[in-house]
Amino acid sequence: MTAPARPSPDTLLLEAQREGRGRLKVFLGASPGVGKTYDMLRAAQAAKASGVDVVVGIVETHGRRETQALLDGLEVLPRRTLDYRGRALGELDTDALIARKPKLALIDELAHSNVPGSRHVKRWQDVEDVLAAGIDVLATLNVQHLESLNDVVLRITGVRVRETLPDTVLERADEIELVDLPPEELLRRLDEGKVYLGEQAQRAREGFFSRGNLTALRELAMRAAAERIDQQMLAYRQRHAVSEPWPARERLLVCVGGKAIDRSLIRNAARLADTRGIAWIAVHVIDSRAHRLPNEAKDRIAETLRLAEALGGEAVTIPGENVAAEVLGYARSRNVTQIVVGHSKPMRAGWRRRRSLAHALLRSGAPFDITVVPTRNDARDASNTRDPIAVERWRWQDHITGLALVTLATLVGLFVDRWIGLENLALLYLVAVLVSAVRAGPLPAIVTSIVAACSLDFFFTEPRYTLNLQRHEDVLTLAVFLIVAVLMGRLGGQLRSQMQALRKTARRNANLSDFARRVAGALGRDEVARIIAEHVQATLDLPCVAVIERPAEALRPAARRGIGPDYQFRETDRAAAHWCWDHRQPAGYSTQTLPTSQWLFVPMATAQRVVGLLGLHLHERRRPPSAGQRRLLDALADQAAVALERVMLSAEIGDQRVNSQGEELRAALLSSVSHDLRTPLASILGAATSLQTQNERLSADDRSALLDTVVEESERLNRFVQNLLDMTRLGYGRIEARREWCDLREIAGRARNRLRRELSGRDVPIDSAGDLPLAWCDPLLLEQALVNVIDNAAKYSPAGTPIEIALGAQAQWLLLRVRDHGPGVPAADREKIFDMFHRVQSQDHTAPGTGLGLAICRGLLAAQDGQVRALAPAEGRGAVIEMRLPRKTPPQVRDD
Amino acid sequence: MTETIRVLVVDDEPQIRKLLRVSLGAESLQVIEAANAEAGLAALKQDKPDVMILDLGLPDADGLDLIPRIREISSVPIIVLSVRDDEGGKVRALDAGADDYLTKPFGIAELLARIRAALRHRLQASGSQPVIETGALRIDLTLRRVTLDGIELRLSRKEYAILAVLARHAGRVITQPQLLREVWGKVHEDDTQYLRVYIGQLRHKLGDDAAAPRYVVTEPGVGYRLKMP
Repeated sequence: MTAPARPSPDTLLLEAQREGRGRLKVFLGASPGVGKTYDMLRAAQAAKASGVDVVVGIVETHGRRETQALLDGLEVLPRRTLDYRGRALGELDTDALIARKPKLALIDELAHSNVPGSRHVKRWQDVEDVLAAGIDVLATLNVQHLESLNDVVLRITGVRVRETLPDTVLERADEIELVDLPPEELLRRLDEGKVYLGEQAQRAREGFFSRGNLTALRELAMRAAAERIDQQMLAYRQRHAVSEPWPARERLLVCVGGKAIDRSLIRNAARLADTRGIAWIAVHVIDSRAHRLPNEAKDRIAETLRLAEALGGEAVTIPGENVAAEVLGYARSRNVTQIVVGHSKPMRAGWRRRRSLAHALLRSGAPFDITVVPTRNDARDASNTRDPIAVERWRWQDHITGLALVTLATLVGLFVDRWIGLENLALLYLVAVLVSAVRAGPLPAIVTSIVAACSLDFFFTEPRYTLNLQRHEDVLTLAVFLIVAVLMGRLGGQLRSQMQALRKTARRNANLSDFARRVAGALGRDEVARIIAEHVQATLDLPCVAVIERPAEALRPAARRGIGPDYQFRETDRAAAHWCWDHRQPAGYSTQTLPTSQWLFVPMATAQRVVGLLGLHLHERRRPPSAGQRRLLDALADQAAVALERVMLSAEIGDQRVNSQGEELRAALLSSVSHDLRTPLASILGAATSLQTQNERLSADDRSALLDTVVEESERLNRFVQNLLDMTRLGYGRIEARREWCDLREIAGRARNRLRRELSGRDVPIDSAGDLPLAWCDPLLLEQALVNVIDNAAKYSPAGTPIEIALGAQAQWLLLRVRDHGPGVPAADREKIFDMFHRVQSQDHTAPGTGLGLAICRGLLAAQDGQVRALAPAEGRGAVIEMRLPRKTPPQVRDD
Repeated sequence: MTETIRVLVVDDEPQIRKLLRVSLGAESLQVIEAANAEAGLAALKQDKPDVMILDLGLPDADGLDLIPRIREISSVPIIVLSVRDDEGGKVRALDAGADDYLTKPFGIAELLARIRAALRHRLQASGSQPVIETGALRIDLTLRRVTLDGIELRLSRKEYAILAVLARHAGRVITQPQLLREVWGKVHEDDTQYLRVYIGQLRHKLGDDAAAPRYVVTEPGVGYRLKMP
């Protein structure tokens, strides 16, 4: 028997995500003019004819008459007009479309870039929102806009397409229709003026629309569609669990450096991986010198990694000095089969490391399929291939240090000159160079070396006090000195960099663990919010907010740091936060969504839900956060999310417990009303009616007995009602202790007096220390608590046995102990008896009552900082209930 | 005493009024009933009762507001009826001019004791009773002598002052602030620990057990009372 094949969980998950989502159909064409919009409109007309609610979200007819005609009879949504540099531009009104909620919407030009000020940078992001709202979408796309084909298109046509969209958008489309037109046909249409009009047509004919270009693009479009169809087939097989061995998940790895060329490398890798249908990872190895890269370079790395994510890859940063070794090690750990690495002609000899990566990987002989992608250096890249050492900022203090050290070495040298030779004097200067390297870095060290060499020459070689050299060995000594000094300077500088990198990592780790420690102790959501806001502000030195409620109408951060309480968020900021919350993705400043916002919002999300947002006010800095900052931010947001979820879960568990107690309470009340209220009422009514109707026939004793019943049962009823009242008020937290200085003996006496009927026939001594201090308590609450305990003792011990009340004092507490001579409380029940509705079951009977008495007792004591517990009796049988109140020193009473 | 004692009952509960009419009637007291504050005030002016039983929860007025209005026109002893757990209300009512209070539900014996105490106070107010006796305790307010079983007790000044205040209102509750004001002065109105200490000493000299006092009884949260037979 074979186990039934199961659909892959990933596939099912994707299906589940699609539930409730609109379907996307893309009309894919090789170039403008092939008739995508036309076909889309025809499809819309057909849908409308079959009764589907169709709305044209946005369609560009480019003045084409045939296309225009097809718009007839379709509802066209008014465009949202935005003012951009004095021109009014019409954009898709996403909100209006979602509010209108048709079954099917038409949205032209997926890759279109929105006018600045729109919610999203790109139209395809609007389409995502529309789909998420459950609206089906028909859209058009030209193949050259696909991110992964961007470079290919550049190479074919020489035109860099600026408007791109991630391949994943097309991959997620439910249906793709290839709108195909042979190049000859297209060129004819162009000549007929059906594509572009007038002068525009002429320019197009000369540039983009060459026959060669069109043929190549057509091939690309067909291939994109075909790959898509392959994937659909694969998806189908997975969904329907077509039996086939599920291959171990292979991966492709691409090495990312800090250069712009890496963008095309990423696109290449994405395409390779997609063609092979495997997952891929973009890996960036960060070494100790990384922090010295110029900010643009850091930004570019972050951007490249984000591009990888946008193209459907996984972006990973690993620390390490040996790039090749790190890449290979990581590749082995992730089941990677293919490694893609860029290779470019070195710009300078100084860039040795980078040049050797491809070689190093190839030389390693590791069992990977290594693909070296040749890359061009364009002008933009050249600026970034400088030796990172050169970009170290010039700080004159560093050089002063070096010079001071050289001066010191010279002074010492002049002093010891007569005893030691030039070679040993050079060692003195080497110390100065080394110290300067370690303290100030390689560049000041080199400067120091040169100055040191000059000093040696000037002060210590013949002829003295000139820079001239007479002896050949002096020339040699100085030359060797200079070489050694410069090398040492560089080595020392590297040592320093490594130390700094280590320190930085240590700081980051300390930062995270410090945050984890602080947040672990937080008790409420607000506290977590406060801690994270404080922490992020302290770490990144930026104004920051923590939001823990979905900013649907207004943005109300639970905590803010670095901005005043009257800071006004703009609508864009709120919209960015809202979008971030709903889509679990960063939004706002420096992102693709609502970049005009002054804030960057990062979601604090767990696997299940978004629990909050972290907002950073980046506007003033006018620079997106660096990759390192983003990672730290993400790590902090993750930890905060876990902490938030923890407090939310514990609050929810608390609520559930309260709710289930409420359920129990209701059930117990029902049984109480039927039993504990009715029983005394029945006795009272019976006795009273008997007296009313049989009065003459009753003896004096009978009458007296009946009357006793009425009184006793009324008192019982009264106590019961009192308990119900106390319980309700305790439940609502409404009991407020009115504390005053009390004599516990008075309170014990009153409690005993109130229960005199229940205690009749028993000996109930109150034993107290002679010098019992006054208690700071609420006399009525304490009396009621004691009544409940004594009443309980009376219920659970045989009639006639004594109940002993002992009052005493310890260093910290005042004690009230009630001991009976009944069966006692089993050890297992000693804690439970204070739970609501708990009643100790004995074999022969269950004592009457609701099981509320001791629970109320605990509540009444807690209201005045007291406690109650059950103890094992020191000797013999019986139960001991001990109540205790904190002992306080009463104010002095002045004697008269 | 030939003259019938008239008791005005102001309570909106017909059952309570009926109960009092029957049980007080059995003690030869004449009961005048009023169901709300206005009727109560009218009956007070017209019938000149000897004692008034006032429920604090009336439909047309808060009993606490009513007490000062009653005091404007009459010095009739007022016994307030209230529910448990409203000690603050009791103290305010007593401070506003009520003479005593009784907690619902109550036994009729307790009510009768309160009425007797109130009436006795009326007589005392006219200065006719300088000596108070309860059990073995005898307090002579003119000679400032206290004896127990005929043996004179040596009380400190404050102890005597406390006992004297309780004795002058024998059988009725005296609120803690009232007692503190009269014995120590207004600044000590809240220093209840003074009372605990001195009442403790006093009980000790009277041979009283705090857990079961025979003479000085605690009304928790409210005050003290000299118990009368």
